[in-house]
Amino acid sequence: MSSKRPQPYFSQSQVTLVRGLWMVVTAILAVMTLFPLLWMVSIAFKPATESFSSNLIPQSPTLDNFIYVLTGVPFIRYMVNSFLVSATVTIVALFFHTMAGYALARLRFPGREVLFLSIFSTFLVSLPVIIVPLFVIVKAMGMLNSYAGLIIPAIFNAFGIFLLRQYYLSLPKEIEEAARIDGAGYWRIYWSVILPLSRPIMSALAILFFLANWNSFLWPLTITSDPNLWVVQLGIANFKSQYSASWNYMMAASTIVAIPTLVLFVIFQRQIMDSLKTSGLK
Amino acid sequence: MTTIAETAARRRHAGRTHFSAKHREWIAGYLFVLPDALGLLVFLGVPMALSLVLSVYEVNGFGGYSFVGARNYLRMWNDPLFWKGAKVTALYAVMLVPMLYVCGLGLALLVQRTDRFNAVMRSMFFAPHMVSLVVVALVWQFMVVDKIGVISKLTAALGIGGFSFLGDPNFALITIVLVSVWFLMGFYMLIFLGGLQDIPRQYYEAAMIDGAGPIARFRFITLPLLKPTSFFVIMVSMVAAVAGAQAFDIIYVMTKGGPANATSVLIVYIYQQAFGFGAFGYAAAMASILVVALMIVTAVFFALTRGGRFHHEQ
Repeated sequence: MSSKRPQPYFSQSQVTLVRGLWMVVTAILAVMTLFPLLWMVSIAFKPATESFSSNLIPQSPTLDNFIYVLTGVPFIRYMVNSFLVSATVTIVALFFHTMAGYALARLRFPGREVLFLSIFSTFLVSLPVIIVPLFVIVKAMGMLNSYAGLIIPAIFNAFGIFLLRQYYLSLPKEIEEAARIDGAGYWRIYWSVILPLSRPIMSALAILFFLANWNSFLWPLTITSDPNLWVVQLGIANFKSQYSASWNYMMAASTIVAIPTLVLFVIFQRQIMDSLKTSGLK
Repeated sequence: MTTIAETAARRRHAGRTHFSAKHREWIAGYLFVLPDALGLLVFLGVPMALSLVLSVYEVNGFGGYSFVGARNYLRMWNDPLFWKGAKVTALYAVMLVPMLYVCGLGLALLVQRTDRFNAVMRSMFFAPHMVSLVVVALVWQFMVVDKIGVISKLTAALGIGGFSFLGDPNFALITIVLVSVWFLMGFYMLIFLGGLQDIPRQYYEAAMIDGAGPIARFRFITLPLLKPTSFFVIMVSMVAAVAGAQAFDIIYVMTKGGPANATSVLIVYIYQQAFGFGAFGYAAAMASILVVALMIVTAVFFALTRGGRFHHEQ
């Protein structure tokens, strides 16, 4: 990728030196960035008495904190709730958004541009500014303290529709034409031509949607008061008020909550970063 | 069974002859968009409109709504905590947006070259963004605990400590800003990387042949050609700072708006009014004003930068 650039000022050894210094600075900054996360994991393995010692490596590492969090608190239940909500939102959202994206990109019908612009205009509407009326609506629909209330409002967002539409716009026209000559209807084209072609962008979006919902806090906080419905972010926030001095438990719980997303990130970092990088402008 | 199948087939056939190909495409289009359009309408469009309606009502003692006209807006005008919230929101945005810009762009320049080392570094800078804000808030809160938190100890050792990061009204907001920057900078780094990639290499090569040093190249090539990206970043980070759920999550978990309302941004104050005191109408009125203010600020920004297109005037 990197083409050789002319370096009229510096000798080769000077260039290497500058590059080396550059790398050292970058690495130091990167380690500093990661430090809070490393510290969290470190405390999670320390016994309570060691919580405030200044060493990163625990002197007497223990799994007790994790065991307590997983057995002494209904943490598993919170994780299952989070998983159910995030997975359902992801699947349904991908289904609806691919449908809408396909129609907005490839089908011709009156009002299409207006529809797309209206959808696009909801892009910057954030949850905090509509939380009160949204709560009123969801309550009127009888979805307070229910999985439906956690799941359904979280499905709809313009971001996914927008990205999928952009992706479908770039597909060549011939792809559908072959199917149409074979007599396939629009549903068939969508289901057996468009969807299989969307696999790369769908996997990227699936990760993003899953993460966003796994990490969401404000909406679940607002509509669930029943602890049986708590998602993991609520469980851990509540942990703080109950165990305000037990930082070792809190850091173990934090680690448990952060691990799935960090593991996802390590596995899919390319897809995640590429999809975000291009989402901004194109 | 056969009759049903036959009728179905006949109906389908009839349908095909009845509707022209054009109309079938129309119907398919509407049906495909319907679920999302309906969902966005019910869960985004209607709430936006309802916010204005709610703002002239008050929840009365019996849980019903009573019309109060402009009373909620008058109350806002006379509420020192609303003005405090507006001030804190503006301060938060004014600190956060430039810091994010500098850190995001700085990191992007640092890891711009495509090689293995930089790929690893990018991931490390982005990693905080993968963690939930509740966890982020808890971890940072733990690290800045007065006197015994690791950051408190470190700053004390460097001779700049001795204050309370979250307990002192003078430092709480800046602490929240720094944590927000730490969380968000990886995301903006990615956006800037996307922008940097779009700048043609030849410009730099030509500039170097002309003898332009790294600073000149940054000033006369990178910055001007990065204007659309900068526009996007400033716009998005401004909206996120004023009305984003991220600010809410961090502040709600770390300080709940305290101490002495020093971190009580409007979205936190609105939430407390609505779900702490049940003042739905008042909260809706404040949210409506916040949206209007945000629209004005973005419109002014849009006008000043000519929509991020930056046509040269001469």
